[in-house]
Amino acid sequence: MGLYATTTRRRIAAVFVLLGLIALPWGMRLIGQEFYVSFASRVLIMALAATSLNLVIGFGGMVSFGHAAFFGAGAYCVAVLAESGVTSAWLAWPAATGVAAVLAVLVGAISLRTRGVYFIMITLAFAQMVFYLVVSLKTWGGDDGLPLLQRSAFGSLDLKDDSTFYFVVLAILAFVLFMLDRIAHSRFGRVIQSIRENEVRMEALGYPVFSFKLVCFSLGGALAGLAGALMANQAGLASPNLLHWMQSGILMVMIVIGGVGSVFGGVVGAVLLLVCEEAFVEITPHWQIGLGLLLLAVVLWAPLGIAGLFGWGRNRE
Amino acid sequence: MTQLILEQALNGLQFGLMLFLLAAGLTLVFGIMDMINLAHGSLYMVGAYLAAEVTQASGSFITGVGVAMLGTAVLAVVLEVVLLRRLYARNHLAQVLATFALILIANECVRIVWGAQTLMLNAPDALSGPVRIGGFLYPSYRLLIIGVGALIAGLLYVLVARTRIGMWVRAGASNREMTEALGINVRLLFTAVFAFGAALCALAGAMLGPLLAVQVGMGESILILAFVVIVIGGIGSIRGALVGSLLVGLVDTLGRAMLPAMLRALFSPEVASSLGPALASVLIYVLMAAILFWRPEGLFPARA
Amino acid sequence: MSEGLDLLLDVRGVSKHFGGVYALNNASLSVVRGEVHALIGPNGAGKTTLIHVLSGALPCNGGRVVFDGNDLERRPMHERVTLGLARSYQITNIFTRLTVLDNVAMAVQSRVRDWGSSFSFWKPFSLDSAIIGEAHALLAQVSLSGMANRLAGQLSHGEQRSLEVALALATKPKLLLLDEPMAGMGPEESERMVGLIEHLAQQVTILLVEHDMDAVFRLADRISVLVGGTVIASGSPEAIRGDAEVRRAYLGDEVA
Ligand SMILES: Nc1ncnc2c1ncn2[C@@H]1O[C@H](COP(=O)(O)OP(=O)(O)OP(=O)(O)O)[C@@H](O)[C@H]1O
Ligand SMILES: [Mg+2]
Repeated sequence: MGLYATTTRRRIAAVFVLLGLIALPWGMRLIGQEFYVSFASRVLIMALAATSLNLVIGFGGMVSFGHAAFFGAGAYCVAVLAESGVTSAWLAWPAATGVAAVLAVLVGAISLRTRGVYFIMITLAFAQMVFYLVVSLKTWGGDDGLPLLQRSAFGSLDLKDDSTFYFVVLAILAFVLFMLDRIAHSRFGRVIQSIRENEVRMEALGYPVFSFKLVCFSLGGALAGLAGALMANQAGLASPNLLHWMQSGILMVMIVIGGVGSVFGGVVGAVLLLVCEEAFVEITPHWQIGLGLLLLAVVLWAPLGIAGLFGWGRNRE
Repeated sequence: MTQLILEQALNGLQFGLMLFLLAAGLTLVFGIMDMINLAHGSLYMVGAYLAAEVTQASGSFITGVGVAMLGTAVLAVVLEVVLLRRLYARNHLAQVLATFALILIANECVRIVWGAQTLMLNAPDALSGPVRIGGFLYPSYRLLIIGVGALIAGLLYVLVARTRIGMWVRAGASNREMTEALGINVRLLFTAVFAFGAALCALAGAMLGPLLAVQVGMGESILILAFVVIVIGGIGSIRGALVGSLLVGLVDTLGRAMLPAMLRALFSPEVASSLGPALASVLIYVLMAAILFWRPEGLFPARA
Repeated sequence: MSEGLDLLLDVRGVSKHFGGVYALNNASLSVVRGEVHALIGPNGAGKTTLIHVLSGALPCNGGRVVFDGNDLERRPMHERVTLGLARSYQITNIFTRLTVLDNVAMAVQSRVRDWGSSFSFWKPFSLDSAIIGEAHALLAQVSLSGMANRLAGQLSHGEQRSLEVALALATKPKLLLLDEPMAGMGPEESERMVGLIEHLAQQVTILLVEHDMDAVFRLADRISVLVGGTVIASGSPEAIRGDAEVRRAYLGDEVA
């Protein structure tokens, strides 16, 4: 797979996409489909969550099957804080990020002792643990989830307005992507990608592999927590579904469809998947079959995902 | 109190043995082909649906179970030849994703064929009553499950430990290249193992059908438990799968039954009633994490 | 025999068994600072196992290893590298999907601690001219300059073996453990590798595992002979050549 490298062309394309996304709310208002602005926020939040998983799986090579735990932890953190009166985004969102990060450090410290299949399974098990714990706590709403009565207060911005909320989400996603791009080209990013390629050799070159993996895993968890905080705000609810193992699976699907180990893979996958879902669910209730077939096709014939198909993944020699 | 413990222990044994039917196939597939198959739970679901359908149509539970096992095995062979074979050489991520896709497809197909509502599968009338064991009554159908489970576990043990086929399977699980070098057709062997594992899945699905609901998604929750089992036991090891199944079955069942009562002795009722179920539901995951912390390769690692 | 000398590595009675198989059985040897020390022995003697134990890839079941005054027990692999112990692999172990330059740069980077070490998230690596410059210098040293931008997986076997050595060398070790650097090479490539090791010997102490006796006798200052997991003799090339037990156990008529 090689080390990730962003070309100038890719950067220019990213800027144009960003401009398009900034214009989207006005465009929607123009054609009278404002409803879709809220949907677009959800897509971008899922893109953020998928991107955070791509850092762990695509760059770090750690096939985590429990990412939903961090996603959900962020959401519940915001909802629980809101219940106890903390509604400021400046407090609640960093708190959600921090809680998810701490959880990820704990899960990672134990899970990263194992390899391969064992790692996949133990991360899944930890996520199940979090899921069942939360669902069985009646104070947190059990199966129904914990409603968030109003969106977090973000300084003078009114997040209740869907367009404003959308811009905030877009800004956060853009910043995270920019950061990920920097990380991918930094010393740390190169180390983590080389560990993905050959872990034993990295250890033999003097790198404390475990620490690097733990940092990468926790960073991914923290970003997922941030995405969860946004998701709770978007949906007005911290739902147990966010913690469900299917959610971990869907996030994986997104990055595989979009492009594993490509900075924009998570975004491409999330947009494609959710837009297709939105479009096809209208046509047939059995869209899941289509999704399954699409996924099979990608796995069998386009292992680098859509990004790979168009050559905007990592360097391909 | 002892009666309750005994009864719950029997329930745990019964659940553990059914888990073993799933875990056995899964661990061999893992062990021999180094392949993660999330769709194993879907085979269990298909088995349960087939059993329910055929039992209703024919009026015979035994026919239902037999047809379910056969039908699921055939489906498994088709799946293996058409799709899974292409995945053996791929990485775990590809395997997880492809078989995740199979889950989505299988669930939706079942929904199309049988609808979204829960299906009824009744135990044979002869077994609907309880029997008296020692000092208490125990459902005879559950006893039958324990009997069947123990029988299969014994048969499997003999098959794997004593026969030539079993030797190949064990050899394949611990060293695939070597087995191939000895001239054994691993490909065929694997198709056979996969079909066999699917038949066991269907058996578990059919047997548990009358106790649990036959519904879409039934495969996933039990699949994750089966994964916990084989990870605890050590991937590729039948013995590990058996020990792991019984451990998980007993800990889960006894935990759910006893933990709230035990907590009530220690904490106030409010705390106990909210903490009890929460702790009970995560007990097996704590068990798994603890075991993997001390033995990252499980209790009985098949590979040295 | 080595009392009074400046010992860089002291291996005392190390044992390692796999199940019932003793790969190392109370093996002892010492490497003096500055020398090329060859470790020879028949196939399966335990040479690679010893390298694994020294580098920390395998834990040993008994005995002590002291390197440069540090007891290595329980030290993880990466810490030993920081102490100055680097190894190459008998079976080529490189980053096949990275470029040759990236391979070496990654190895150089492990040592560079100028600002913020490898936990630097922000500054683009492409601006790290010091690392890249040093990587180029190393490639020149192992005659791979022309290949810098090729994928390591596309190199010939001999070139990959050179890269393998360059990776170990890039960590600037005090002691270089080379596990059969000439394995599978043709005569010409072997000759070049011998030249390279001769050249390296001026900068770094080397423990060389090798089957090619011509090379061993040309390069080594001292030789240890490992048979069945035990070091049966250690000494100068002449002494080893003349040692009756060694001849019987291992050399046979090969170097009569
Ligand atoms: N991981 C292992 N598991 C079991 N036995 C092993 C393992 N590694 C090595 N051995 C055994 O230990 C002994 C020593 O092996 P080792 O690879 O150290 O020999 P060597 O001297 O390097 O041989 P060669 O010259 O062929 O490279 C051999 O009998 C080998 O079969
Ligand atoms: Mg060797």
